[in-house]
This record gives sequence, C-alpha cells and structure tokens, in this order.
Amino acid sequence: MFAVGGAVWLAVVVAMLISIARRGEPSFGGRSSGLTMFVAGTGIVLASFLAYDFAVGRDLAKRGAPTLTIGVTGHQWWWEVEYEDLRPSQRMITANEIHVPTGQLIELKLRAADVIHSFWAPNLNGKRDLIPGYASSQWFQADTPGVYRGQCAEFCGLEHAKMAFFVVAQTPADYLAWRTASAAPHTPPADSIGAAGLRVFLSSGCPLCHTIAGTDARGTVGPNLSHLASRKTLAAGTLLNTRENLMGWIVNPQALKPGVHMPAIPLKPAQLNAVVTYLESLK
Amino acid sequence: MRARTLLASAVILLTACEREDRRLNAPPPNPPQQFVTDVRLQPGPTQISDTTEGPYDDNAPGTAEGQQLFSQMNCSGCHSNGGGGMGPALMDDQWIYGSRPDQIFASIAEGRPNGMPTWKYRLTNQQIWQLVAYVRSLSGLTPKSARPTRADHMMVKPANSQTPNAKPKNTVKP
Repeated sequence: MFAVGGAVWLAVVVAMLISIARRGEPSFGGRSSGLTMFVAGTGIVLASFLAYDFAVGRDLAKRGAPTLTIGVTGHQWWWEVEYEDLRPSQRMITANEIHVPTGQLIELKLRAADVIHSFWAPNLNGKRDLIPGYASSQWFQADTPGVYRGQCAEFCGLEHAKMAFFVVAQTPADYLAWRTASAAPHTPPADSIGAAGLRVFLSSGCPLCHTIAGTDARGTVGPNLSHLASRKTLAAGTLLNTRENLMGWIVNPQALKPGVHMPAIPLKPAQLNAVVTYLESLK
Repeated sequence: MRARTLLASAVILLTACEREDRRLNAPPPNPPQQFVTDVRLQPGPTQISDTTEGPYDDNAPGTAEGQQLFSQMNCSGCHSNGGGGMGPALMDDQWIYGSRPDQIFASIAEGRPNGMPTWKYRLTNQQIWQLVAYVRSLSGLTPKSARPTRADHMMVKPANSQTPNAKPKNTVKP
C-alpha cells in the first residue's frame, strides 16, 4: 500500500512540476498562478496538520498505560459498570454511574450484552460502539471534578433515548473514599421496616434479576442494586432517584419506560413501603 | 391531494398490525383455576377443543419477551433450548401435562414432579403467559408469523417462523 501510494504521489508531484515548468503557455485562461497558490496553500495546511498529528501521537505514546480499568457493558437499556481490581474484595459492579478520579488516564473496556450500543460522554471523548462479541476500549481523562452526562449513541431499541449514564469525576481523595465505602460489606438493615423490606425483596421475583451484594439475591439480568441509593437517577437517567419515583418504578415500570424488561411487580402498599425503605438504605 | 393523504392514513391506521402490538399495560387474564390437570385419555368422543390460544400466542413482542425470559430464567438448564435433557423436550409433540395454554401455565406456575420448580411466587402472570407463548412456539403451536427467530448460535435448521405449522396432538380423535 505504501508503494502504491508513494508511486501515485510521485507521479502527481512530477505532473505538477511539469505543469509549473510549462506555466507560460496559456492553458486554462491563464489562471495558473492562482492554481499554484491554491496548491501551495493546501499543502501547507495539510503539512501543519501532519506535524500536529505527530506531536499528539508522541504525547500519547509518552503517557503510559491507564491506571484504572472500568468495564462497561451495554444492555437494553442500562449500563453495567464493573470496577476491576487485583484484589477481589475491592471489585464492584454497579450500574449507570461511573466514578473516576480526576487527572488520571482511565481505560474503559466496552462490551455489549445484546445489541450494538455506543458509549458517548460528549464532554470527555467521542463515541465508541459497544458491539456484541467484541471487546473494544476507550481511554479518557477527566481534568475537572464534576458530573458529565453521557448517552447511548447507537439506536438499540425502544428505549434507546432513555439510556443515559453519568460520569462522576472526583478528586483522587474523594474517589478513594467513595471506593472504600462502596467496598464495605453489606450490613443487614437494623430497623424493622428495612428488615421486612429485605424479606419482601428476597421472597418476590426480585432476586431472579437483581443482585444485592451480601444477600442471597444474585440475579444478573437487571442492574446491580447494591448501591442503589447512592445513584442520582433511576433507570439509566430516566427518573431522579427519589422515594416516590422508586415506588412508581417498582409498581409499574412500563408506564415510565415502556418496553423495559422489568415487569410490573404487584406489591401491597405495606410491602412496597418496606422494600423502598430497604432499597433507600443501600448507599 | 388532501383527500388522498387522509385515505392513505386511514388505510394504514385501520390495518395496524396487532401482531406487533406491545401490550405493555394490558393485564393478561388470570389463569383459570384448576387444581388437577387433565389426563390425555378421555372416555367417549371428546368435545374439548384444543385450539385455545394464550394471550400472547399471536403476539410477536410477547413471544419474544418469553424467549428472553426462557434464557434469563435458565430454562435451558433443564430443557436445553427446547430439546430437553434433565427435563422433557419442549419442541416435540409429547406433553406430559398438556399443551393447552392454561395447562402450560399451570405447569410453569405450580411446578411439576421430578424437578420443575414453582414459578408463581417469582414471576408475574404476564411473564408466565409470555413464557407459555414461547414454549408453544417451540413446537409450532402458535401462528407462524408471531414466532420469534432462534438466536444466531442456535440456527442449525430453518428459523421457527419457517417451520411448518403443527397441530396440537393431545386430542383424542373420535
């Protein structure tokens, strides 16, 4: 490919030199000097782009490998986020919110569970498709602490529009504090309503799809609920994470995000109150 | 011109396809109360028609949801994508406990001896009816146009929607 490209380039340059040598002859109405200027201008612009590209490439090569790897798996219509770590006790799976420390290069390992999705946090980096059966990766670095909203950028089904995520960039000290707190073991609820809520949770269909670390709920179909209360939104950015929204979501998710795979869970009011009280304690 | 667009939109709306209608908020019927399942042998000429349809049998999104549930609830662990294994095959014409939608609903919801768990405390009625539709589609008992296709890795023969229609087999012919 290099040989062919090089040969073509050489031929074009020779043709250009010949036409410059013959520029006295009237050809296209005598505009050959303008043509030369145009060609020279294009060449200068492209050459400067090339130099800039080389400079950026060298900078990237000098950076070194990312310090933190986060696995992001796209499901219909939520994001599974897995924090990898060499120490198994520090590994964590959560959903729809990605916490990162500022000033560090982060690697995202992107996979898809069902159809093609696309990871796009516009303030951080470009789009990167999540393709089933194919693991891709993207690097980014957040320089300023804050919350960056992202969106699925590849049409993935009925609720593609309600598949947002949030990248929460924190100072390294805050991030470490958050990570340590999240890795703390699950404490059984102390209050009676919360304990009743855990019982209702485990005896309904919830454990078949959801995981709460430290309990018997180990389903992997739906988002991990171990730290549900510390998330800002529910259902991948569809609702704010409030008590009322959570109740409405459990009772009839189809009214809020039609087509999701979570069915309407028939719970009596006392059971719903207990379950939501318990879920709100999962920081 | 105006009349033509009105006519076109009327035609489109009136022929709106119910097969693809996602019944998200329509509650499916409660299963009929039955405590004992019917046995295949019936004395005398049978009057029971076996052409009953479940609520999602002719509904493509409902059957596809049943397909998802079949995989997510690990039905393949015993029934192996319809071919059976520890559990009986679901894509054949042998039905130990009946192939009517309400019979399959009861089998799933109540559980059956020798290993079929009880699902009625874990799955909602709607989910069980969706599974009923999918299980029936595995043996060709649902309309061909509403059956879901198999996953790519399972395509060893033509898709379910290309399988010829099968008739229910547990009627006793007079």
